[in-house]
Amino acid sequence: MDTFFITTGVILGLLTLVCLYRVVAGPTVLDRIIAVGAIGNKTTAILLLMGMIFGRVEMFVDISISYALLNFIATLGAAKYFRVRKSIVPGSKYLKEKGIS
Amino acid sequence: MSIMSIVSILFIAGGTFFFFGATVGLIRFPDFYARMHATGKGDTLGAFLVVIGIALYNLHNGLELGSILTSIKVIFIAIFIFLANPTATHAITKGGLDAGVVPWTKEKTK
Repeated sequence: MDTFFITTGVILGLLTLVCLYRVVAGPTVLDRIIAVGAIGNKTTAILLLMGMIFGRVEMFVDISISYALLNFIATLGAAKYFRVRKSIVPGSKYLKEKGIS
Repeated sequence: MSIMSIVSILFIAGGTFFFFGATVGLIRFPDFYARMHATGKGDTLGAFLVVIGIALYNLHNGLELGSILTSIKVIFIAIFIFLANPTATHAITKGGLDAGVVPWTKEKTK
């Protein structure tokens, strides 16, 4: 059963690296935000799998809860911030009216 | 291998499959809203299935008080993900609409 957990953890780690491509190369800021949110979801699962591998789930559960909470708060904060700062998103109406993009 | 282990293996494998689908959608879709559509649903169900599978496997060697409490905590993570992830998806989509990101259409590619 340990082999299964380790294999699942490695697969989720590789998927995290694939999501990291969207963080680096995303055209808009919001793409980067949703890619970071996806990475945070995978990390929540990976932390629980690490707890099963080490045999200390009761310790890793707290770290996983705090990571999920931080991920949610960071996503909400970034969404609210970039909703107000309209000039950051490329291809927006604001930039086309100004003639910048 | 008990029946609890087999059920939890099925849950975790299904969750990994949904994570994979969400990642493929995040990489290959053309637009911010379409990527949101892929990750918002796929990641929610994937994380939910993996966490529920781990909560079930935590109970595989007898029902003791400590392991039951740990499993309840893990199920709290699953409930929180199921509440928080669609909220974050909605907030980002509303932010994108308010900031004026133009949705991808077929005519723009000609």
